[in-house]
Amino acid sequence: MKALFTLAARSAWNRRFVLQLVVLSIALSTFLLLGIERIRTDVHENFSQSVSGTDLIVGARTGSVQLLLYSVFRIGSATNNIRWRSVQAIAQQRAVAWVVPISLGDSHRGFPVVGTTTDYFAHFQYGDHQPLGLAQGRLFDGVFDAVIGADVAQRLHYQLGDRIVLAHGDGALAANDHADKPFTVVGVLQPTGTPVDRSVHISLAAMEAIHLDWVAGVPLPSMAVPANQVAAHDLTPKAVTAVLVGLKNRAAVFSVQRAVAEFDGEPLMAVLPGVALDELWDVVGVGERGLLAMSLLVSLVSLAGLVAVILAGLNERRRELAILRAVGAGPRQVMLLLAAEGGLVTLSGVLLGLIAHIAAVGALGPWFQSQFGVALHLQVPGTAEWLLLGGVLGSGWLASLLPGYRAYRLSLVDGLSPRV
Amino acid sequence: MIDVLDLRFRWPGAERDCIAIDRLSVAAGSSLFLHGPSGGGKSTLLGLLAGVLLPGAGRVSLLGTSWATLSGARRDAFRANHVGYIFQQFNLLPYLSVLDNVLLPCRFSAVRRERASLNGSSPATGARQLLRQMGLQQSLWVQPAAQLSVGQQQRVAAARALIGLPEVIIADEPTSALDAPLRDGFMDLLLAECRASGSTLVFVSHDERLAARFDERLSLPAINRAASAEVTA
Repeated sequence: MKALFTLAARSAWNRRFVLQLVVLSIALSTFLLLGIERIRTDVHENFSQSVSGTDLIVGARTGSVQLLLYSVFRIGSATNNIRWRSVQAIAQQRAVAWVVPISLGDSHRGFPVVGTTTDYFAHFQYGDHQPLGLAQGRLFDGVFDAVIGADVAQRLHYQLGDRIVLAHGDGALAANDHADKPFTVVGVLQPTGTPVDRSVHISLAAMEAIHLDWVAGVPLPSMAVPANQVAAHDLTPKAVTAVLVGLKNRAAVFSVQRAVAEFDGEPLMAVLPGVALDELWDVVGVGERGLLAMSLLVSLVSLAGLVAVILAGLNERRRELAILRAVGAGPRQVMLLLAAEGGLVTLSGVLLGLIAHIAAVGALGPWFQSQFGVALHLQVPGTAEWLLLGGVLGSGWLASLLPGYRAYRLSLVDGLSPRV
Repeated sequence: MIDVLDLRFRWPGAERDCIAIDRLSVAAGSSLFLHGPSGGGKSTLLGLLAGVLLPGAGRVSLLGTSWATLSGARRDAFRANHVGYIFQQFNLLPYLSVLDNVLLPCRFSAVRRERASLNGSSPATGARQLLRQMGLQQSLWVQPAAQLSVGQQQRVAAARALIGLPEVIIADEPTSALDAPLRDGFMDLLLAECRASGSTLVFVSHDERLAARFDERLSLPAINRAASAEVTA
């Protein structure tokens, strides 16, 4: 048996240039499968951990997924705002422990600006109830202070004390900015792997101040208020985009949700972040399953390549098989030889793919996080990964039985005189 | 040593027998020259003698054992133990060294492995001795078989067939790729070694000039009634 495996290995080594291609294609499909599985798991994890500790998110009546998208992921925009009076009314409900209003709509060089209160930093949590923390500096205090997320600081090379100008809306119109009221970076948050990293946080008062001289979305030069005179105005917000709500007792979540829905001042809704996240994942999960299906197809193709290469080489190897038969190898041993080769090739491919996967996650993880905001975790393969690896190995070996069986038939028919 | 009785063989799907031999026997230690033109069923007959093919009727036995009575795996083991085979050409696995090629039968047969190590301490010692007797320089032994000339390769093939002293050596036109001086040298070595080891040699060739060196000579068309039937038909 050992003799057979050494023979298989040396024979395979003799044809290494062709087999290398097969090994590479199997490595590639292993790499793809593992990579997609890794991204899938980590995206889901990052995703479901982007908000925690918040019991309800309240916004103008819309779809729950849409409310989640703009309030947590800063994607899209709200159709309507919530009046400040409504926020106060919600805060006064008996079951409510805290409310954190957030006001969205402006941006800074593509990063969303979040107007909020300092309570945001006290109550907003991500991951497994992890609070936000400052990497440097302090929270905002003055009107024109800004606290920036880790990605913003890293991508734009901002440091404490830098002056930044916010743009109105998504910043598409160069003229639509708030250049008259620049902000100062006073704090940088620790990285969280959530949309917080990509946000610029300012106070609600600042949000109000930069829009003092704006009417219906455009600045009116006649009403211009210089930055040093904003304190003279009332900076209480008139409306916010959404409110994060924490409850004293989670059991009250449905009654508060109902109370918000029946609020008579204006049409509002409240969603449970976990439920909305799951709904949203159901939507994006289709793409994820599509990716997985695609990489399964890629594996199938590379296994087909394995079979094709070994089968195509079989005719040239009939002489080799006849020699083995002449020195005493049985047709079954010939079949085993081919199966061993297929196994060796698949195993090397899978190992190579695994190594490439580990190297890629290790080397490209930080880049991936900065580009796509998803933290990839290098970890011991889990059940899903083992299943994938085992699946590729097993099906590769099974696939190699096909040429093995053909070699078996050939060596039975050929005997010692292959007709080549 | 080899006994053939009322042998009939036809390939699957063929309409006529390819081999029909009533009687053929080869005594132990003798050498038989089988002469036949190409396409006369020579390779088929050798396949039958080596137990790779089984007769449709009649019996082929080696050392008193009929191939047909053995299971497939037992036939392979029996062949590995008792038969050495030399092809026309391409006898060697190109990716193994000369020495490893000679040792191949010892990988598959414990009997040949033991017999090869009787004189020396290991099969490799026996293999080296055979290579030396075949006139192959020591520097060639560790080279990949593919780097040898055709004449050298055939001598390595002979050494491989002879290792472990199999009772029967079957050679299928082993000289057809060699020119005259190489051919004569090869025949001298092969016959001498078979005689020295007491192996029975069945040698098939279309080249009648070689026949004089053998104890017995037979013409395949003469004993194969299937072939004569084909000629008269």
